[in-house]
Amino acid sequence: MSTNETAAGSASGTATEEFDLFATMALIRAFETRVSELYRDSEIPGFVHTSLGQEAVAAGVGSALADGDYVATTHRGHGHCLARGMDVEAMMAELFARGEGICHGKGGSMHIADPAKGVLGANAIVGASLPLGVGAALSSKLLGQGRVSAAFFGEGAVNQGAFHEAVNLAAIWDLPALLVCENNIYAEFSDSRRMTRVPGVADRAATYGIESETVDGNDVLAVNELALAAAARCREGAGPFLIEAETYRWHGHYEGDAQPYKPEHEATAWRERDPLVVSRTRLLGTGVAAEQLDEIENQASTRVEASIERARQLPPPELEEAYADVYGE
Amino acid sequence: MSTASEVKPEARYIDALGEGMALALEEDERVIVLGIDVGAGGGIFRVTKGLHERFGDERVIDAPISEMGYVGAAVGAAMTGLRPIVEIMFMDFVGVCMDPILNQAAKLRYMTAGALEIPVVFRMQTGAGRSAGAQHSQSLEAWFAHVPGLKVVLPATVADARDLMLDAVHDPNPVVFVENRRLYAMRGDAEAERLPLGKARVARPGDDVTVVTWGQMLRECLSAAEESEASLEVIDLRSLAPLDLDTVVESVRRSGRLLIVHEAVQDFGAGAEIAARVGDLLFDELRTPVRRLGAPAVPMPFSPDLERALLPTSKAISSAAEGLKAEG
Repeated sequence: MSTNETAAGSASGTATEEFDLFATMALIRAFETRVSELYRDSEIPGFVHTSLGQEAVAAGVGSALADGDYVATTHRGHGHCLARGMDVEAMMAELFARGEGICHGKGGSMHIADPAKGVLGANAIVGASLPLGVGAALSSKLLGQGRVSAAFFGEGAVNQGAFHEAVNLAAIWDLPALLVCENNIYAEFSDSRRMTRVPGVADRAATYGIESETVDGNDVLAVNELALAAAARCREGAGPFLIEAETYRWHGHYEGDAQPYKPEHEATAWRERDPLVVSRTRLLGTGVAAEQLDEIENQASTRVEASIERARQLPPPELEEAYADVYGE
Repeated sequence: MSTASEVKPEARYIDALGEGMALALEEDERVIVLGIDVGAGGGIFRVTKGLHERFGDERVIDAPISEMGYVGAAVGAAMTGLRPIVEIMFMDFVGVCMDPILNQAAKLRYMTAGALEIPVVFRMQTGAGRSAGAQHSQSLEAWFAHVPGLKVVLPATVADARDLMLDAVHDPNPVVFVENRRLYAMRGDAEAERLPLGKARVARPGDDVTVVTWGQMLRECLSAAEESEASLEVIDLRSLAPLDLDTVVESVRRSGRLLIVHEAVQDFGAGAEIAARVGDLLFDELRTPVRRLGAPAVPMPFSPDLERALLPTSKAISSAAEGLKAEG
């Protein structure tokens, strides 16, 4: 959008970098594909929202962040957590509601978090990641932490007051906040283009006096290059930056949603632009062998299967866990 | 224990609040004060007067009129190293920023099994009796006391205005800190005995009726105790969460009678919870039913005459206590 020159082009992707990004996407794909099945089979309780089809945004942005950087995410947050290096086994155990889960079985898919990795949590309130992420950016600035705070949100969240208030605060306080909109076209069941007259989320940034750019959210290299530049910009003290990544949600709003509201063929067209296929095609073009990429995908599946086998064996939380951590001493 | 302080005996409640914040800002650079007009303007009630001058732009921060945004940001900041004291100008305005308090601050420690700590103070000013109308007069403390994960403190004395502020800032949990603006000009002993957050104070000993209260109603109850023919033991709860039921129970065991007085609407108010718990524990020891006095279930009217008629007065408290004594 307004700042191609500022944000893009400072980093150039190499095959090695894209290879790692592909591996992150493969892990997210393997994890969520199996989680979707396990939910269908009633092995995972509660509500589950997957980001299948959107892996390039999580991998591209997640890989652009540094150790210590903050991430505040959404109910559709597995990918962001995995891209920030959260432990697959501890995540799967949490989704299975086990006592050894990363949140001791008290968070679940919608609230999964690992503050030690900077992940302040998935969040089940649409738009909540924005004020929280901006608050983390405030800590970074006032305490001199030198950290970037990435707040992920969907395009459905931009009609919430929380979006407008938080973006304005990030702007007036010049905070190192990376505001990442995953525009997957659907706000829960509704085509979000019917919910606003403003065509692009990035357009809204200008109304708060901050810079933004739209990127192909199914091209992991493009997302990563933009996020690297935007994060560097935040770190230099240039204030917040908004990324709008255009992508598509393959599954329903939640697992089990049959999506009767989606037009025919729409999904087919987007699946042809599967972010893993886009990346694989480019990698093959640079001379990477298909077998290598297959191997990456196999390794991801093996890792996920092992986490499932382990989670199945784990006991539920002890009853005392229900009463722990309400208040701190 | 009393804090080293510039507040002298017979200080005003409002100055003690400012002193509490100043001490907190002074002792810990992670403490910030955040809210609408709290900076150079000193706040609409002048509670933060002088803080901006002393501590500067980065510690005492003016926010736009964006409660959901800045209260949410305060919660995010508390999760990542700061210790914000965030002001909601009128408690009634919490309606536009309930999510950060209800779903974020109160829940995130629990949902992360203790991995996140959220040391944030939500200052809220409230109080009927100034013709402020239905949207600027509500006492909503029961809402917050109903939500696990929040602490709710309501200082009723000058010393507590400062000491509970410091305790709230030191607390690792989110604390809803309720200030009644009719107390702002009140003068009192700033060097009174310091009790920990969560401990009730017997504000006046007595034998016939235990009167439990908090916030601005403490003054009315103490006046009632002066005027009444019955001997009232007045307990200032100081906080609803935690609730110091032990102090209440100990007193009711002696008096056999309990009257709960609050400014908030009586229906489904915090008084009902206290009545239920005392009834449960002391059914056989109560000489009379537990009684409550609060505002009737109507929005607070603008007319000073109507408003006066709806709030518990020392006279009403005194008659209610005498009625209880006469009953048994």
